[in-house]
Amino acid sequence: MPALTRLRALARGASTLAMAALLALGAALNAQDIVEGFEDPELDARYRNLIHEIRCMKCQNQSIAESPIDQAADIRRQVRVLMVDGLSDAEIRAYLAERYGDFINYRPPFKPSTWLLWSAPVILLASGAFVFARVLRERMGQPLDEDID
Amino acid sequence: MWRYAIPAVLLLVLGAFFYRGLYLNPTVVESPLIGKPAPEFTLPDLENPEGTVGTEDIAGRYALLNVWATWCVECRHEHDFLLSLAESGMPIYGLNWKDERAAALEWLDVLGDPYVASAVDEIGDVAIDYGVYGAPETFLIGPDLTILAKHIGPLSTPIWEARFAPLIESHHGAR
Repeated sequence: MPALTRLRALARGASTLAMAALLALGAALNAQDIVEGFEDPELDARYRNLIHEIRCMKCQNQSIAESPIDQAADIRRQVRVLMVDGLSDAEIRAYLAERYGDFINYRPPFKPSTWLLWSAPVILLASGAFVFARVLRERMGQPLDEDID
Repeated sequence: MWRYAIPAVLLLVLGAFFYRGLYLNPTVVESPLIGKPAPEFTLPDLENPEGTVGTEDIAGRYALLNVWATWCVECRHEHDFLLSLAESGMPIYGLNWKDERAAALEWLDVLGDPYVASAVDEIGDVAIDYGVYGAPETFLIGPDLTILAKHIGPLSTPIWEARFAPLIESHHGAR
């Protein structure tokens, strides 16, 4: 019965659509939109950029831009106050690090306690390249036949 | 030989990191304020709104600055310890953090008041200066207003004896 088949397909399509809408709604609700900001678009962009790079100390794996908790809102307010006072991004980061430690910045400064953190990717990549080169060189010395054996 | 030595060494190094990680608490972040002067503040007094409480009052002797709030469950847990500490003669100042005055007063009324005085930090500005991110937090402040130690989480006898008491004694001994 083609009519019934068509109806089934329609129902399936509708339910998929409903599911997608529900998921989208969930994502939209989850994405905490920070309402506060600045009128001036340049300042506002700077602000939004900055709060995404500051860790919420209480939730730790969220920035203060994403965290819904009160303490994150306090830090955001302080960031706005400092911006109005004319502090640069670097000065605001330093201000927070003085009070909360480097951990509050998603990009901690390069210093004795963080050099390993910053240089780890380069060290790992270099050692990987070294091993790779060695293996290649070893294999190049071998006759092809041996591999086929 | 090399072929086996390298992975073995890597495994050991990784294992050492993981082993150390087992005993770390990622929610406790070392405060950069230790050894530094306590940030100055003057705030309204909880029990006497016309009066103020501030670093001026704390200076001159060893004292604790305890960040608390009625919405903070762990603060309830440490309250009895604070009472016994106050009874033993330790001056404790409260920083009533983002709380409601009426609720805070009721809390002290019902549970007892271990504080010399509590400063009201309604909007949380002073808390930011002290790097506070989760109550309860307790600072040990020296007579010269240097921050000597900070504990995040409820204070208890073992923590007091291990982390705070030795600092007070060693400073006394040096005099």
